[in-house]
Amino acid sequence: MRVTVKLFATFRNGRFKVEERELPEGTQCRQVVADLSLTDDEIGIIMINGRHGMLDQELQPGDVLSLFPLVGGG
Amino acid sequence: MERSARADDARLLHIYQGARSSMDKIFRVNMTDLSTKIEAVPADWAGLGGRGLTSTIVAAEVPPTCHPLSAQNILCFAPGLLTGTPAANSGRLSAGAKSPLTGGIKESNAGGTAAQMLAKLGVKAMIIEGAPKDGTWYNLSVGVNGVTINEEKELLGLGNFAVIDAVEARLGKKTGVLTIGPAGELKMTAANISVKDPDSKIRSHGRGGLGAVMGSKQIKFISIDGEGAPGVKIADPEKFKTAARAFSKALLEHPVSGEGLPTYGTNVLVNILNEAGGLPTKNFSMGQFEAHDKISGETMNEVIASRSGKVKHGCHAGCIIQCSQVYNDKDGKYITSGFEYETIWGLGADCCIDNLDDIARADNLMDDIGIDSIETAVMFGVAMEAGILNWGDSKEMLRMLREEIGKGTALGRILGGGAASVGRTYGVTRVPVVKNQGIPAYDPRSVKGIGITYATSTMGADHTSGYTIATNILNVGGYVDPLKKEGQVELSRNLQIATAAVDSTGMCIFVAFPALDIPECLPALIDMINARFGIALTGDDVTNLGKHILKLERKFNTEAGFTNVHDRLPDFFKNEPVAPHNAVWDFTDAEIDAFWDF
Repeated sequence: MRVTVKLFATFRNGRFKVEERELPEGTQCRQVVADLSLTDDEIGIIMINGRHGMLDQELQPGDVLSLFPLVGGG
Repeated sequence: MERSARADDARLLHIYQGARSSMDKIFRVNMTDLSTKIEAVPADWAGLGGRGLTSTIVAAEVPPTCHPLSAQNILCFAPGLLTGTPAANSGRLSAGAKSPLTGGIKESNAGGTAAQMLAKLGVKAMIIEGAPKDGTWYNLSVGVNGVTINEEKELLGLGNFAVIDAVEARLGKKTGVLTIGPAGELKMTAANISVKDPDSKIRSHGRGGLGAVMGSKQIKFISIDGEGAPGVKIADPEKFKTAARAFSKALLEHPVSGEGLPTYGTNVLVNILNEAGGLPTKNFSMGQFEAHDKISGETMNEVIASRSGKVKHGCHAGCIIQCSQVYNDKDGKYITSGFEYETIWGLGADCCIDNLDDIARADNLMDDIGIDSIETAVMFGVAMEAGILNWGDSKEMLRMLREEIGKGTALGRILGGGAASVGRTYGVTRVPVVKNQGIPAYDPRSVKGIGITYATSTMGADHTSGYTIATNILNVGGYVDPLKKEGQVELSRNLQIATAAVDSTGMCIFVAFPALDIPECLPALIDMINARFGIALTGDDVTNLGKHILKLERKFNTEAGFTNVHDRLPDFFKNEPVAPHNAVWDFTDAEIDAFWDF
C-alpha cells in the first residue's frame, strides 16, 4: 500500500520533508519510525490524516502520516 | 463552597502579610493635578505581583462602569513576585487597566527590560490615575527617588523606535522605556504599549488597547533610571539558589523549552496546526493554508540562518528559553525581532499572504506604530473579507499600516479599532472576536479546548490565558482529543487557574511546558517564591491564588455589565463547518457556563 510520510522540525535534518512510501499491508507507525532511524522516545506527536495517532496504530492505504518531535510555542 | 473559598482567601492574606517587605513601594502618579506620591504597600497587596496585583488594583480603584479612556480609569504596571531575582525567565511586566477594546478588566504582560528595573528599584506597582484637563502631553521619569512628570513636545507623533533612540540619547543607553506610538496617541482600541528590550528593540503589552489608555492620560513615554536601585532582597538565599537551580534544569531538560522553542521559535506551530486542521485560514473560513510551508517555523529557521540573523534571542535578561529571533532581509539588514507565530499566522494564513519578508516588515511597522499584532492581523482578515483590500495583497497591507493607521486617517482609525470595529463598519458577519477582542491562531471548532478558553477568559479571546493547545495538540500535560467535547471545560479551567497564578510570578508562560510534564518544576517555582519572601506557600495556596484572581476579574466584568451571554463564541462557528474535519462549535450554553463551577 502507498502511504505519505511527512516529517517536521528536526526530523527533517538529513531526511526529507515529504515522501511516498510503499509499505506492506498492516504496517504500524512504529515500523515507519524505526525505518527512519528514529526512536519511540523521540516522537512527540503522531498525526494520521490530521488526527492524533499512536505508535501501534496500523496504517491504511492512502494514509498521510505526520511525525513531529515534541515542540511547542504559542 | 463559598465558605471554604473565603477561608482560602483568609489563609492567603495571612501568608502574604508575612511577606510584607519594607523596601517595596507603590509609586502613584496623578495626571489630573500632576502630582506624584510614594506610598507604603497595603498589607493585603504585599504578597501579590504581576497580574494578581494589577487586577487587584484595577478592581479596587476603577469604577467598573467608567469609560476606559476617561480620568476614572487607571493604568498600572507591576513586576512579578520573582522579577528582579536571578530566577530564570522571571522578567515579565504586567500592565493593567479597564480595557477600551473589551470593556472589561485587562492584564497584558510583556518582556523587555522595564520589569527587572522596576523590581530592583523596589517598585511593587506604579499606578497612573486621572487625566490632564488640557491638551498638554507629558513623559514620566521613574527613578530611585520616585516619579517626576515632565512636559513633552519633541517626540509627539513619532514611532516607537524613534522614541527609544531619542530617550537613550537624552538619558543614556541603559534607560528603560515604556512608550506609545501614533496608535496610542490617537487612542485606537488596538494600540499597545511598547517596552524596550535588551537590544533597544521592542516587546509589547499587546492586547486590549492599553496603549490607548496611556494615550488618554497624555503620556508619550515613561523612562526608567536604574541608578542606585537597591535590588531585590532574598529572605533565604541558600534555599533560593537550590530551587532556582532545579527550576532552570527543568526548563532546559524539557524538549519544548529546551530545544523546540530556541530552535524554531513559536512559529513551529504553523505546520502542526495546519496538519491538525486548526490553522485558521482566509478569515476563519478554512482550517488549512495551502502555502503553509512558505511561512512555517522550519522555513523561517532556514531563512534566518542563511541571512546571518539570530535564531535564538531572549526578550529579557535571564531568559534561558530564547524563543525569539532576529530576522534579516536578503541583504542581511535587520527587518524585525520577536517575530511570533500569532503574527505570522494572522497576516499569513488568515490573510492568505505567503511572503514571509512582507509579514516581517509588517511586524516591524506594527511595533513602530504601536499596535497589537494579533488584533491587527485578525482585523486585516476581516478587512479582506469586507473587500477593503484583496486577499493576499501584502503590499497594500503594508501601505495601510504606514499610510492609514500610522497617519491616523479616517480609514486608519477604523482599522486601528481592531477586527470588531472593521466588521461592524463594513457589515461583515464572519467576525472572529470574543468580548470584542480578536480570536488568535487556533480554530476553536477543530481545537475545542481553546474555544472554551476564548469564550470564558476574563480578558476576551486570549489563547495565553488557558493554553489548551499544549494538551489538545502538543501532547504536553497529557492528551485531550481536540475534536471531542469531553474534558475540554476541565482542561481550560485548570489551565486558566494555573496561568493566573503563573502570570503573578513574573514568569514567562512557557515555563508551563516543563511545569506540566516535569514533577520537580512547579515545586521549585513555589520554593523560589517562598525563599524570596520568607513564607510558606503550598501548591494548594498557589491554586487558590489563581482561582481568587479569576473570580476577582470576573466580578469586575460582571459589575461592568458582562453576563454569561458574553462568554460565547460568534455564531458562525456553530453554523459553518471547517474543513478538513468539518468540525463545528457544538458546546451548549450550560456546558460553557459550567466553566465557572469552582
